[in-house]
Amino acid sequence: MGLELQGITKAVSGEPWLYGIDVTFERGLNVLAGPTLAGKTTLMRIAAGLERPDDGKLILDGEDLTGVSVRKRDVAFVYQEFINYPSISVTKNIASPLVRSGDFSEQQIKDRVAELAELLKLGPYLDRLPGELSGGQKQRVAIARALAKKSKLLILDEPLANLDYKLREELREELEAVFTQEDAIVLYSTTEPQEALAFSSHTVIMNEGRILQMGPAITAYRQPGNATVARVFSDPPMNLIPAKQAGSQLVLTGAAKGPRPQHFHEIEISDLLIGIFPHQVKLERQSIDDFEVVGRVALAELTGSETFLHVQTESGRLVAQLSGVHTRPLDEEVRVYLPSTALFAFDSSTENLLRSPEVSDFAHG
Amino acid sequence: MTQAVKPRDNRAWYLVAPVMVSIVFTAVIPLMMVINYSVQDIFGQSRLFVGADWFNKTLEDPAFRGSFLRNLAFSIQVLIIQIPLGIVLGLGLPKKGWRSSMALVLMAMPLLIPFNVVGTIWLVFARGDIGLGGYFLNNIVGLDINYAQDSFDAWTTVLVMDTWHWTPLVALLVYAGLRAIPDAYYQAATIDGASKFAIFRYVQLPRLRGVLTIAVLLRFMDSFMIFTEPFVLTGGGPGDTTNFLSISLAQLAQAFNLGPAAAYSLVYFFFIQLSCFIFFTILKRF
Repeated sequence: MGLELQGITKAVSGEPWLYGIDVTFERGLNVLAGPTLAGKTTLMRIAAGLERPDDGKLILDGEDLTGVSVRKRDVAFVYQEFINYPSISVTKNIASPLVRSGDFSEQQIKDRVAELAELLKLGPYLDRLPGELSGGQKQRVAIARALAKKSKLLILDEPLANLDYKLREELREELEAVFTQEDAIVLYSTTEPQEALAFSSHTVIMNEGRILQMGPAITAYRQPGNATVARVFSDPPMNLIPAKQAGSQLVLTGAAKGPRPQHFHEIEISDLLIGIFPHQVKLERQSIDDFEVVGRVALAELTGSETFLHVQTESGRLVAQLSGVHTRPLDEEVRVYLPSTALFAFDSSTENLLRSPEVSDFAHG
Repeated sequence: MTQAVKPRDNRAWYLVAPVMVSIVFTAVIPLMMVINYSVQDIFGQSRLFVGADWFNKTLEDPAFRGSFLRNLAFSIQVLIIQIPLGIVLGLGLPKKGWRSSMALVLMAMPLLIPFNVVGTIWLVFARGDIGLGGYFLNNIVGLDINYAQDSFDAWTTVLVMDTWHWTPLVALLVYAGLRAIPDAYYQAATIDGASKFAIFRYVQLPRLRGVLTIAVLLRFMDSFMIFTEPFVLTGGGPGDTTNFLSISLAQLAQAFNLGPAAAYSLVYFFFIQLSCFIFFTILKRF
């Protein structure tokens, strides 16, 4: 049961866009995460029936829907842009899918609109036109309209992307509650790992037209299947440094070396790709086993409470996510420390994950 | 008691000055001259202040009233025909590719033709003896078109000519407005199960409001000021059938009846301003 996609391929203006996607979305919330151009929107459009796959099948609760027109499907779609009917009131907007379907009595429509207005806090705005609402309210109306029909399949394509940070947080929390109430298959796409992690539900990570990893968001974050997942599903992306194992030593490219981390034992491959999250990179040595990397400041981005320090080293560019404000002159020499317990090990040829740090080491956020 | 004086810096006026000066020379002074003429009786060197006499005369003049009603009827017909036709054409234009470019260029051609050339083209085209259109209608369809003698034919010819000349403008505006609607709107409506008409009524038409407001205003103003086409075609005839306000105004001015002509133009000008204001206010509300 659920929505099953089997070997979906699609080319967009001659270029391959999706390479044989196989995935099953169960009832409840499914998050599609990945950077732009990953193919999330195309996959969702195919799932909705707005586009036909070049190849592959689409099965909803055992029924083959491949090639069935979107008009005949039971589906709702929320866009990144706030799409509402501009000339009719909020009430009529929410009611429109019910009115169009012709299967509901006036009283049922009225009740459903009232219920949704309550759920999405639109009560005071029911008589307004969409043009008279704020961005967040407009998107609430669009979401209410999508929920109105109680479709089997509810698709939201980066619904919060055009909202400011505060509204996004607020609406995301509400949506989580809404999704648990609805008995629908919900597909929700986002470019932000944080958002996927916050939903903490089934997550499908996509990149360049392929599915990289599926499962709970936190697993993808703690145990990324390969280096690409680690880069894509972390913001800022995970730092990756080529390294070699030599006896009991681990040698990072660029001369930093140190004793092989405990959790790396039993790795037999000598050419590795070492990964470390930016928030684990420190300016002070915490332990004798830390790897010291010398570099020069390439950029210091201040966000207010945090500083993203980009350091150019012989091992490539490293990003350190530091709490507090650190103003550093450009090109100044800087030493950063990589705690050995926080390192990920990837096979340098296949880029597959070999070892990940013990979970307790994630205590520091 | 001394009061704190708020420091004022008026230097910004220097920046506005060039525009003010040119407006004074191009609009204010000519308009003042017209107002000046409209309250005087001018005959050679002698001038006589007559107050509102010319205005009263103009407003009571049956010829003026006739022309005014003719103009009004013409503009209403222009709007009734050209706006829906322009919408239909705009909706029907190919959306992309070389077909779209070609259709746009072909359709915009009439817009590039000068007014008096349009008049001349139709002067020949609608003639029953040598004009392609007139000959076709008279000898093959079996009508009897003669714009020089039949008032209905003359009126219709001017109306068709104007429609041919200006509907492309409406269609282009509509086309541009339609292109500005994101695809997501159509998809959302399709998912809701909206019919083609519902999409037009609830998605396209509301999103075209802005361009249609401009189209209605432009078409009303231009058609209300029509001069060249009927002037070239029949000079206002046959009889007074196509004697629009601008044509009779030109006749007055050419006869050096400066006072009445000035009053006439002010009343004309005032009405155009007023109706544009009314149109704009009403259309903005929707």
